[in-house]
Amino acid sequence: MPYQSLHAETIPFRGHGGFQSEAYYARPLTSERVPGVVVIHHMPGWDEWTTEVVRKFAHHGYAAIAPHLFARFGPGDPDDVTARARAAGGAYDAEVMGDVAACMAYLRAQREASGKIGVIGFCSGGRHTYLAACTVPGVDAAVDCWGGRVIVDDPKQFSPQRAVAPIVHTAKLACPLLGIFGNDDKNPNPDQVNRTEQELKKHGKAYEFHRYDGAGHSFFDYGRPAYRPEQAADAWQKVFAFFARNLAASAERPAAA
Amino acid sequence: MCSYIVEKASLTGSAKGRGWMKIDTAHVYYDHPFHAPLDHALGIDFVNAANGGRERVAVELSAESARELVRAILAALESGEREHATADAAAQATAA
Repeated sequence: MPYQSLHAETIPFRGHGGFQSEAYYARPLTSERVPGVVVIHHMPGWDEWTTEVVRKFAHHGYAAIAPHLFARFGPGDPDDVTARARAAGGAYDAEVMGDVAACMAYLRAQREASGKIGVIGFCSGGRHTYLAACTVPGVDAAVDCWGGRVIVDDPKQFSPQRAVAPIVHTAKLACPLLGIFGNDDKNPNPDQVNRTEQELKKHGKAYEFHRYDGAGHSFFDYGRPAYRPEQAADAWQKVFAFFARNLAASAERPAAA
Repeated sequence: MCSYIVEKASLTGSAKGRGWMKIDTAHVYYDHPFHAPLDHALGIDFVNAANGGRERVAVELSAESARELVRAILAALESGEREHATADAAAQATAA
């Protein structure tokens, strides 16, 4: 059921290490208890598209929050902050995981919270989502949208900020995982997606992967040539069906493998 | 593709965005742009790193136009330096 009336705002929150950060938060105006979703932004940063995604989840009946993962790089317009973050090598995984955990706590503390929390991320945020699903306690469902470097084939891609490939944590995955991928993507490429799936199978994890022909990286992004309207519409439906199923008040977490 | 790969060039010069500022570094990368309606763009951020690097003058270019810019920069340098060298030689000849 869509919710036409929303409340949306930028809120302060204490992120990893007590850092005073900010996040974009939106919720439907309803007296019902609603599940929460943490939206992890892509490499271009805490941009307008990210806030649109947060409001989209609110429209669909979720309290959603997107932490500004580059806030540690100082104040300013999000694009300028992203430029600083990029030049410095990006955010540390530990900071991102801490910020995600803090946002989950924020969502659960709200009066309208049902207690169920999903995490979704795009691009680099897809990688962060995989990592959060495996290492942050309390995630009830996770959606990785074309997260690159879940598997790292070139050791040069490791950095102090991203020192581990999330795939190594797969055994610890404690919630259902939905993966959305374009078959023309090069990061992750189809072979890496297949190997990720093999690892999930090996550990007996609950997952579903959807691979789209004629689509590459970031095919939800309507402002770029990569946008694929038909594939995006289908994938969004799969995202909402997955969250509806796994974030319902009655949904049970899968038994540990 | 979220590469985080940034080439850094030391510069001497100035750039104008909201106003003129001294710059000492260019951050050059090929990744998702923020504004240009492209899947990937060659980005250049001109900053004054010695002054904290907070302000920047930025461009996001298609790969093809970035290569055209490189060609134009090299051509302008070559022709400009040739003209100045000619002018300098003429001035020295006149002075002699």
